[in-house]
Amino acid sequence: MSSLPHSLVLLLAAGALAGCSVAPPGAEVHDPYEGLNRRVHAVNKAADRVALRPLGRLAAQAPEVVTQPVVNFSDNAGLPGTVVNNLLQGDVEGAARNSLRFVVNTTVGVLGLADPAGAIGLQEVETDFGATLARWGAPEGAYLELPGFGPSTERDAAGRVVDILLDPLDGLGEVPDPVRDLSFPAKVAEQVVERGQLGSTFDEILYESADSYAQARLIYLQNRRFELGQAPAATDEDYYFDPYAETAE
Amino acid sequence: MTLTRRALLGAGAALALWPAAARAQDVAAARALVDRLVAEVNAVIASGVPEDRMIAQFAQIFQAYADAPTIARYSLGADARAASPDQLARYTQAFSNYVAEKYGRRFREFVGGEIVVEDARAVPNGIEVTTTAIFRNQAPFRADFWVSEATGQPKFFNLIIEGVNMLLSERTEVQALLDQRGGDIDRLIADLSAM
Repeated sequence: MSSLPHSLVLLLAAGALAGCSVAPPGAEVHDPYEGLNRRVHAVNKAADRVALRPLGRLAAQAPEVVTQPVVNFSDNAGLPGTVVNNLLQGDVEGAARNSLRFVVNTTVGVLGLADPAGAIGLQEVETDFGATLARWGAPEGAYLELPGFGPSTERDAAGRVVDILLDPLDGLGEVPDPVRDLSFPAKVAEQVVERGQLGSTFDEILYESADSYAQARLIYLQNRRFELGQAPAATDEDYYFDPYAETAE
Repeated sequence: MTLTRRALLGAGAALALWPAAARAQDVAAARALVDRLVAEVNAVIASGVPEDRMIAQFAQIFQAYADAPTIARYSLGADARAASPDQLARYTQAFSNYVAEKYGRRFREFVGGEIVVEDARAVPNGIEVTTTAIFRNQAPFRADFWVSEATGQPKFFNLIIEGVNMLLSERTEVQALLDQRGGDIDRLIADLSAM
Protein backbone atom coordinates (compact mmCIF):
# COMPACT_ATOMS: atom_id res chain seq x y z
CA MET A 1 0.00 0.00 0.00
CA SER A 2 2.86 2.31 0.77
CA SER A 3 3.97 2.15 -2.87
CA LEU A 4 1.13 4.51 -3.83
CA PRO A 5 2.56 7.91 -4.71
CA HIS A 6 1.95 10.29 -1.81
CA SER A 7 0.65 12.99 -4.10
CA LEU A 8 -2.04 10.60 -5.36
CA VAL A 9 -3.16 9.77 -1.83
CA LEU A 10 -3.37 13.45 -0.90
CA LEU A 11 -5.34 14.10 -4.09
CA LEU A 12 -7.78 11.33 -3.20
CA ALA A 13 -8.17 12.71 0.31
CA ALA A 14 -8.73 16.21 -1.06
CA GLY A 15 -11.36 14.83 -3.43
CA ALA A 16 -13.09 13.03 -0.58
CA LEU A 17 -13.08 16.25 1.45
CA ALA A 18 -14.45 18.36 -1.37
CA GLY A 19 -17.40 15.97 -1.24
CA CYS A 20 -17.91 16.58 2.51
CA SER A 21 -21.36 18.00 2.99
CA VAL A 22 -21.64 20.91 5.37
CA ALA A 23 -23.90 20.39 8.38
CA PRO A 24 -26.67 22.93 8.85
CA PRO A 25 -25.66 25.41 11.59
CA GLY A 26 -26.72 24.49 15.11
CA ALA A 27 -27.57 20.89 14.18
CA GLU A 28 -26.18 18.29 16.54
CA VAL A 29 -26.28 15.49 13.99
CA HIS A 30 -25.94 15.61 10.20
CA ASP A 31 -26.78 12.14 8.88
CA PRO A 32 -28.01 12.12 5.26
CA TYR A 33 -26.81 8.50 4.81
CA GLU A 34 -28.77 7.19 7.78
CA GLY A 35 -30.36 4.28 5.89
CA LEU A 36 -27.03 2.92 4.68
CA ASN A 37 -25.35 3.70 8.01
CA ARG A 38 -27.98 1.73 9.89
CA ARG A 39 -27.38 -1.32 7.69
CA VAL A 40 -23.61 -1.07 8.34
CA HIS A 41 -24.37 -0.70 12.05
CA ALA A 42 -26.36 -3.93 12.02
CA VAL A 43 -23.42 -5.74 10.38
CA ASN A 44 -20.92 -4.24 12.84
CA LYS A 45 -23.12 -5.21 15.75
CA ALA A 46 -23.44 -8.78 14.48
CA ALA A 47 -19.64 -8.96 14.09
CA ASP A 48 -19.23 -7.67 17.63
CA ARG A 49 -21.64 -10.26 18.97
CA VAL A 50 -19.99 -13.26 17.30
CA ALA A 51 -16.32 -12.18 17.33
CA LEU A 52 -15.16 -9.00 19.02
CA ARG A 53 -17.14 -9.28 22.24
CA PRO A 54 -16.26 -12.95 22.97
CA LEU A 55 -12.59 -12.29 22.12
CA GLY A 56 -12.64 -9.16 24.28
CA ARG A 57 -13.98 -11.20 27.20
CA LEU A 58 -11.13 -13.69 26.77
CA ALA A 59 -8.61 -10.85 26.65
CA ALA A 60 -10.13 -9.34 29.81
CA GLN A 61 -9.42 -12.63 31.61
CA ALA A 62 -5.82 -12.80 30.41
CA PRO A 63 -3.24 -11.41 32.84
CA GLU A 64 -2.17 -7.83 32.23
CA VAL A 65 1.46 -8.90 31.73
CA VAL A 66 0.24 -10.53 28.50
CA THR A 67 -2.17 -7.91 27.20
CA GLN A 68 -0.40 -4.68 28.18
CA PRO A 69 2.74 -5.33 26.04
CA VAL A 70 0.47 -5.85 23.00
CA VAL A 71 -1.23 -2.50 23.61
CA ASN A 72 2.16 -0.83 24.24
CA PHE A 73 3.63 -2.29 21.04
CA SER A 74 0.70 -1.18 18.91
CA ASP A 75 0.64 2.33 20.39
CA ASN A 76 4.40 2.64 19.88
CA ALA A 77 4.24 1.55 16.22
CA GLY A 78 1.63 4.26 15.64
CA LEU A 79 3.83 7.06 17.03
CA PRO A 80 5.68 8.06 13.82
CA GLY A 81 2.32 8.71 12.15
CA THR A 82 1.21 10.71 15.19
CA VAL A 83 4.39 12.81 15.06
CA VAL A 84 3.69 13.76 11.42
CA ASN A 85 0.19 14.89 12.43
CA ASN A 86 1.57 16.81 15.43
CA LEU A 87 3.82 18.69 13.00
CA LEU A 88 1.07 19.25 10.42
CA GLN A 89 -0.94 20.85 13.22
CA GLY A 90 2.00 23.02 14.27
CA ASP A 91 2.34 21.19 17.59
CA VAL A 92 6.15 21.09 17.80
CA GLU A 93 6.17 20.22 21.49
CA GLY A 94 3.83 17.25 20.93
CA ALA A 95 5.98 16.08 18.02
CA ALA A 96 9.14 16.29 20.15
CA ARG A 97 7.50 14.47 23.05
CA ASN A 98 6.14 11.67 20.81
CA SER A 99 9.47 11.33 18.95
CA LEU A 100 11.39 10.98 22.20
CA ARG A 101 8.79 8.53 23.43
CA PHE A 102 9.19 6.46 20.25
CA VAL A 103 13.00 6.36 20.53
CA VAL A 104 12.99 5.47 24.25
CA ASN A 105 10.31 2.79 24.00
CA THR A 106 11.63 1.20 20.79
CA THR A 107 15.11 0.81 22.35
CA VAL A 108 14.92 0.67 26.16
CA GLY A 109 11.32 -0.57 25.97
CA VAL A 110 12.30 -3.51 23.71
CA LEU A 111 10.50 -2.79 20.38
CA GLY A 112 7.85 -0.87 22.29
CA LEU A 113 6.62 -3.83 24.35
CA ALA A 114 7.31 -1.89 27.55
CA ASP A 115 6.57 1.75 28.25
CA PRO A 116 9.54 3.20 30.17
CA ALA A 117 8.84 6.61 28.58
CA GLY A 118 5.42 6.70 30.24
CA ALA A 119 7.05 5.78 33.55
CA ILE A 120 9.15 8.97 33.39
CA GLY A 121 6.14 11.12 32.49
CA LEU A 122 6.45 11.15 28.69
CA GLN A 123 2.80 10.44 27.84
CA GLU A 124 1.64 10.28 24.23
CA VAL A 125 0.10 13.42 22.75
CA GLU A 126 -2.60 11.61 20.76
CA THR A 127 -3.83 12.87 17.42
CA ASP A 128 -4.57 11.72 13.86
CA PHE A 129 -5.08 13.06 10.34
CA GLY A 130 -8.79 13.59 10.97
CA ALA A 131 -7.75 16.05 13.70
CA THR A 132 -5.24 17.63 11.28
CA LEU A 133 -8.01 18.16 8.73
CA ALA A 134 -10.15 19.73 11.46
CA ARG A 135 -7.26 22.04 12.38
CA TRP A 136 -6.94 23.01 8.73
CA GLY A 137 -10.58 24.06 8.72
CA ALA A 138 -12.13 21.12 6.84
CA PRO A 139 -15.83 20.69 7.73
CA GLU A 140 -16.85 17.64 9.77
CA GLY A 141 -19.11 16.42 6.97
CA ALA A 142 -21.83 13.84 7.31
CA TYR A 143 -21.90 11.12 9.93
CA LEU A 144 -20.70 7.71 8.69
CA GLU A 145 -20.64 4.30 10.26
CA LEU A 146 -17.70 2.45 8.69
CA PRO A 147 -17.65 -1.34 8.31
CA GLY A 148 -15.29 -2.74 10.94
CA PHE A 149 -14.22 0.66 12.25
CA GLY A 150 -17.56 1.89 13.54
CA PRO A 151 -18.68 5.50 14.03
CA SER A 152 -16.93 8.18 11.96
CA THR A 153 -17.57 11.26 9.85
CA GLU A 154 -16.65 12.12 6.26
CA ARG A 155 -13.69 14.12 7.60
CA ASP A 156 -12.53 11.38 9.98
CA ALA A 157 -12.93 8.67 7.33
CA ALA A 158 -10.72 10.66 4.93
CA GLY A 159 -8.26 11.07 7.82
CA ARG A 160 -8.21 7.34 8.43
CA VAL A 161 -7.42 6.62 4.76
CA VAL A 162 -4.48 9.03 4.84
CA ASP A 163 -3.20 7.71 8.18
CA ILE A 164 -3.21 4.15 6.83
CA LEU A 165 -1.74 4.88 3.38
CA LEU A 166 0.86 7.43 4.46
CA ASP A 167 2.21 5.72 7.58
CA PRO A 168 5.80 7.06 7.90
CA LEU A 169 6.75 3.91 9.79
CA ASP A 170 7.08 2.21 6.39
CA GLY A 171 9.86 4.59 5.37
CA LEU A 172 11.86 4.52 8.61
CA GLY A 173 14.72 2.16 7.68
CA GLU A 174 16.35 2.40 11.13
CA VAL A 175 13.34 0.90 12.89
CA PRO A 176 13.69 -2.84 13.66
CA ASP A 177 11.66 -4.99 11.24
CA PRO A 178 9.27 -6.54 13.79
CA VAL A 179 7.95 -3.08 14.75
CA ARG A 180 6.92 -2.56 11.12
CA ASP A 181 5.85 -6.11 10.26
CA LEU A 182 3.74 -6.71 13.36
CA SER A 183 2.15 -3.29 13.61
CA PHE A 184 -1.05 -4.31 11.80
CA PRO A 185 -1.75 -7.55 13.74
CA ALA A 186 -0.89 -5.70 16.95
CA LYS A 187 -3.40 -3.00 16.04
CA VAL A 188 -6.11 -5.64 15.62
CA ALA A 189 -5.14 -7.30 18.92
CA GLU A 190 -5.24 -3.90 20.65
CA GLN A 191 -8.85 -3.43 19.51
CA VAL A 192 -9.72 -6.78 21.11
CA VAL A 193 -8.02 -5.88 24.40
CA GLU A 194 -9.74 -2.51 24.52
CA ARG A 195 -13.11 -4.09 23.74
CA GLY A 196 -12.51 -6.28 26.78
CA GLN A 197 -11.49 -3.39 29.03
CA LEU A 198 -14.47 -1.24 28.04
CA GLY A 199 -16.79 -4.25 28.17
CA SER A 200 -19.74 -2.93 30.14
CA THR A 201 -19.67 0.54 28.56
CA PHE A 202 -19.78 -0.96 25.07
CA ASP A 203 -22.42 -3.51 26.02
CA GLU A 204 -24.60 -0.79 27.47
CA ILE A 205 -24.51 1.24 24.25
CA LEU A 206 -24.79 -1.68 21.81
CA TYR A 207 -27.12 -4.08 23.60
CA GLU A 208 -28.95 -2.23 26.36
CA SER A 209 -30.01 0.99 24.67
CA ALA A 210 -33.30 1.19 22.80
CA ASP A 211 -31.64 2.51 19.62
CA SER A 212 -27.96 1.59 19.66
CA TYR A 213 -27.33 3.26 16.30
CA ALA A 214 -28.61 6.65 17.49
CA GLN A 215 -26.80 6.34 20.84
CA ALA A 216 -23.46 5.42 19.23
CA ARG A 217 -23.83 8.27 16.73
CA LEU A 218 -24.60 10.86 19.42
CA ILE A 219 -21.80 9.69 21.72
CA TYR A 220 -19.21 9.52 18.92
CA LEU A 221 -19.98 12.98 17.53
CA GLN A 222 -20.03 14.70 20.91
CA ASN A 223 -16.92 12.97 22.23
CA ARG A 224 -14.99 13.55 19.00
CA ARG A 225 -15.86 17.26 18.98
CA PHE A 226 -14.71 17.44 22.60
CA GLU A 227 -11.48 15.60 21.76
CA LEU A 228 -10.75 17.94 18.87
CA GLY A 229 -10.79 20.76 21.37
CA GLN A 230 -13.53 22.69 19.62
CA ALA A 231 -14.57 23.77 23.10
CA PRO A 232 -17.70 25.90 23.01
CA ALA A 233 -17.29 29.53 24.04
CA ALA A 234 -18.93 30.58 27.32
CA THR A 235 -21.43 32.55 25.19
CA ASP A 236 -22.39 29.74 22.77
CA GLU A 237 -26.21 29.56 23.03
CA ASP A 238 -26.51 26.57 20.69
CA TYR A 239 -24.25 24.43 22.85
CA TYR A 240 -25.60 25.72 26.16
CA PHE A 241 -29.21 24.99 25.25
CA ASP A 242 -31.79 25.80 27.91
CA PRO A 243 -34.26 23.05 28.89
CA TYR A 244 -36.10 25.57 31.09
CA ALA A 245 -36.95 27.73 28.07
CA GLU A 246 -38.56 24.65 26.51
CA THR A 247 -40.54 23.89 29.67
CA ALA A 248 -41.96 27.43 29.62
CA GLU A 249 -43.36 27.01 26.10
CA MET B 1 -30.73 69.31 40.32
CA THR B 2 -27.11 68.14 40.25
CA LEU B 3 -27.72 65.99 43.28
CA THR B 4 -30.63 64.22 41.62
CA ARG B 5 -28.61 63.80 38.51
CA ARG B 6 -25.73 62.29 40.46
CA ALA B 7 -28.09 60.04 42.38
CA LEU B 8 -29.60 58.89 39.12
CA LEU B 9 -26.19 58.21 37.63
CA GLY B 10 -25.20 56.32 40.77
CA ALA B 11 -28.37 54.28 40.66
CA GLY B 12 -27.77 53.55 36.98
CA ALA B 13 -24.24 52.38 37.69
CA ALA B 14 -25.46 50.21 40.55
CA LEU B 15 -28.08 48.67 38.29
CA ALA B 16 -25.49 47.98 35.61
CA LEU B 17 -23.25 46.31 38.18
CA TRP B 18 -26.02 44.35 39.82
CA PRO B 19 -26.32 41.52 37.26
CA ALA B 20 -22.56 40.93 37.44
CA ALA B 21 -22.70 40.75 41.22
CA ALA B 22 -25.69 38.41 41.08
CA ARG B 23 -23.85 36.26 38.55
CA ALA B 24 -20.81 36.03 40.82
CA GLN B 25 -23.09 34.92 43.65
CA ASP B 26 -24.74 32.31 41.38
CA VAL B 27 -21.35 30.98 40.35
CA ALA B 28 -20.35 30.63 44.01
CA ALA B 29 -23.66 28.94 44.88
CA ALA B 30 -23.37 26.52 41.93
CA ARG B 31 -19.84 25.65 42.85
CA ALA B 32 -20.85 25.08 46.47
CA LEU B 33 -23.65 22.76 45.27
CA VAL B 34 -21.25 20.67 43.19
CA ASP B 35 -18.69 20.71 46.04
CA ARG B 36 -21.29 19.13 48.34
CA LEU B 37 -22.48 16.71 45.64
CA VAL B 38 -18.93 15.59 44.85
CA ALA B 39 -18.12 15.16 48.58
CA GLU B 40 -21.16 12.86 48.92
CA VAL B 41 -20.28 10.89 45.78
CA ASN B 42 -16.68 10.49 46.93
CA ALA B 43 -17.92 9.28 50.34
CA VAL B 44 -20.13 6.64 48.66
CA ILE B 45 -17.22 5.51 46.46
CA ALA B 46 -14.90 5.28 49.47
CA SER B 47 -17.44 3.44 51.65
CA GLY B 48 -17.19 0.28 49.57
CA VAL B 49 -20.77 -0.78 50.37
CA PRO B 50 -22.42 -3.47 48.20
CA GLU B 51 -23.70 -2.46 44.77
CA ASP B 52 -27.42 -2.31 45.56
CA ARG B 53 -26.77 0.03 48.51
CA MET B 54 -24.56 2.17 46.27
CA ILE B 55 -27.38 2.47 43.76
CA ALA B 56 -29.82 3.43 46.52
CA GLN B 57 -27.42 6.09 47.80
CA PHE B 58 -26.88 7.39 44.28
CA ALA B 59 -30.66 7.67 43.88
CA GLN B 60 -30.80 9.82 47.04
CA ILE B 61 -27.97 12.05 45.79
CA PHE B 62 -29.69 12.43 42.41
CA GLN B 63 -32.99 13.41 44.12
CA ALA B 64 -31.22 15.93 46.36
CA TYR B 65 -28.97 17.64 43.80
CA ALA B 66 -30.54 17.19 40.37
CA ASP B 67 -33.57 18.95 38.95
CA ALA B 68 -35.23 15.63 38.14
CA PRO B 69 -38.56 17.07 36.85
CA THR B 70 -36.75 19.24 34.27
CA ILE B 71 -34.40 16.45 33.13
CA ALA B 72 -37.33 14.01 32.90
CA ARG B 73 -39.49 16.50 31.01
CA TYR B 74 -36.70 17.28 28.56
CA SER B 75 -36.17 13.58 27.86
CA LEU B 76 -39.81 13.30 26.74
CA GLY B 77 -39.30 16.00 24.10
CA ALA B 78 -42.45 17.21 22.35
CA ASP B 79 -44.43 14.35 23.94
CA ALA B 80 -44.14 16.16 27.29
CA ARG B 81 -46.72 18.69 26.06
CA ALA B 82 -49.26 15.95 25.39
CA ALA B 83 -48.79 14.38 28.85
CA SER B 84 -51.16 15.13 31.74
CA PRO B 85 -49.67 16.58 34.98
CA ASP B 86 -50.35 13.21 36.65
CA GLN B 87 -48.53 11.33 33.88
CA LEU B 88 -45.62 13.78 34.11
CA ALA B 89 -45.33 13.26 37.87
CA ARG B 90 -45.38 9.46 37.53
CA TYR B 91 -42.96 9.61 34.61
CA THR B 92 -40.54 11.81 36.61
CA GLN B 93 -40.55 9.23 39.41
CA ALA B 94 -39.97 6.28 37.04
CA PHE B 95 -37.32 8.18 35.09
CA SER B 96 -35.42 9.12 38.29
CA ASN B 97 -35.29 5.49 39.39
CA TYR B 98 -34.15 4.39 35.94
CA VAL B 99 -31.38 7.04 35.88
CA ALA B 100 -30.20 6.15 39.39
CA GLU B 101 -30.06 2.48 38.43
CA LYS B 102 -28.29 3.09 35.13
CA TYR B 103 -25.66 5.49 36.44
CA GLY B 104 -25.44 3.90 39.89
CA ARG B 105 -24.36 0.59 38.38
CA ARG B 106 -21.25 2.36 37.08
CA PHE B 107 -20.17 3.23 40.61
CA ARG B 108 -18.53 -0.16 40.94
CA GLU B 109 -15.91 1.00 38.45
CA PHE B 110 -15.25 4.11 40.53
CA VAL B 111 -13.97 2.31 43.64
CA GLY B 112 -10.59 3.72 44.62
CA GLY B 113 -11.18 6.92 42.69
CA GLU B 114 -12.36 10.44 43.36
CA ILE B 115 -13.81 13.53 41.70
CA VAL B 116 -12.17 16.96 42.01
CA VAL B 117 -14.01 20.24 41.39
CA GLU B 118 -11.96 22.44 39.07
CA ASP B 119 -13.78 25.59 38.03
CA ALA B 120 -17.14 27.36 37.67
CA ARG B 121 -18.28 29.94 35.12
CA ALA B 122 -21.45 31.65 33.93
CA VAL B 123 -22.82 30.32 30.61
CA PRO B 124 -26.03 31.28 28.72
CA ASN B 125 -28.22 28.65 30.42
CA GLY B 126 -26.83 28.87 33.96
CA ILE B 127 -23.53 28.01 35.60
CA GLU B 128 -21.07 25.40 34.33
CA VAL B 129 -19.02 23.65 37.02
CA THR B 130 -16.14 21.57 35.66
CA THR B 131 -14.70 18.60 37.53
CA THR B 132 -12.07 15.95 36.87
CA ALA B 133 -12.74 12.31 37.70
CA ILE B 134 -9.63 10.37 38.63
CA PHE B 135 -10.15 6.61 38.70
CA ARG B 136 -7.78 3.70 38.96
CA ASN B 137 -6.44 2.23 35.70
CA GLN B 138 -8.02 5.03 33.67
CA ALA B 139 -6.88 8.33 32.26
CA PRO B 140 -8.51 11.21 34.19
CA PHE B 141 -11.65 12.50 32.48
CA ARG B 142 -13.74 15.68 32.48
CA ALA B 143 -17.21 15.78 33.96
CA ASP B 144 -19.14 19.07 33.78
CA PHE B 145 -22.30 19.93 35.70
CA TRP B 146 -24.76 22.53 34.41
CA VAL B 147 -26.44 24.23 37.35
CA SER B 148 -29.49 26.49 37.34
CA GLU B 149 -31.53 28.34 39.97
CA ALA B 150 -34.58 28.44 37.70
CA THR B 151 -36.57 26.43 40.25
CA GLY B 152 -35.57 28.83 43.07
CA GLN B 153 -32.78 26.62 44.37
CA PRO B 154 -29.50 25.67 42.73
CA LYS B 155 -29.82 22.21 41.12
CA PHE B 156 -27.88 20.53 38.34
CA PHE B 157 -29.84 19.79 35.17
CA ASN B 158 -27.17 18.27 32.95
CA LEU B 159 -23.99 16.25 33.25
CA ILE B 160 -21.42 16.21 30.42
CA ILE B 161 -18.74 13.51 30.48
CA GLU B 162 -15.89 14.02 28.01
CA GLY B 163 -18.24 16.04 25.84
CA VAL B 164 -21.09 13.53 26.03
CA ASN B 165 -24.28 15.14 27.25
CA MET B 166 -26.73 13.34 29.54
CA LEU B 167 -29.82 15.35 28.52
CA LEU B 168 -29.30 14.56 24.82
CA SER B 169 -28.39 10.90 25.48
CA GLU B 170 -31.46 10.33 27.61
CA ARG B 171 -33.73 12.17 25.19
CA THR B 172 -32.43 9.92 22.39
CA GLU B 173 -33.03 6.85 24.56
CA VAL B 174 -36.49 7.86 25.73
CA GLN B 175 -37.60 8.83 22.21
CA ALA B 176 -36.57 5.37 20.99
CA LEU B 177 -38.35 3.68 23.91
CA LEU B 178 -41.49 5.73 23.18
CA ASP B 179 -41.35 4.88 19.45
CA GLN B 180 -41.15 1.17 20.31
CA ARG B 181 -44.31 1.62 22.41
CA GLY B 182 -46.25 3.57 19.81
CA GLY B 183 -45.90 6.79 21.84
CA ASP B 184 -47.78 5.31 24.82
CA ILE B 185 -46.42 7.18 27.88
CA ASP B 186 -48.21 4.92 30.38
CA ARG B 187 -46.56 1.82 28.92
CA LEU B 188 -43.23 3.66 29.02
CA ILE B 189 -43.75 4.50 32.71
CA ALA B 190 -44.63 0.89 33.52
CA ASP B 191 -41.60 -0.48 31.62
CA LEU B 192 -39.17 2.08 33.10
CA SER B 193 -40.39 1.22 36.59
CA ALA B 194 -39.73 -2.46 35.90
CA MET B 195 -36.18 -1.87 34.60
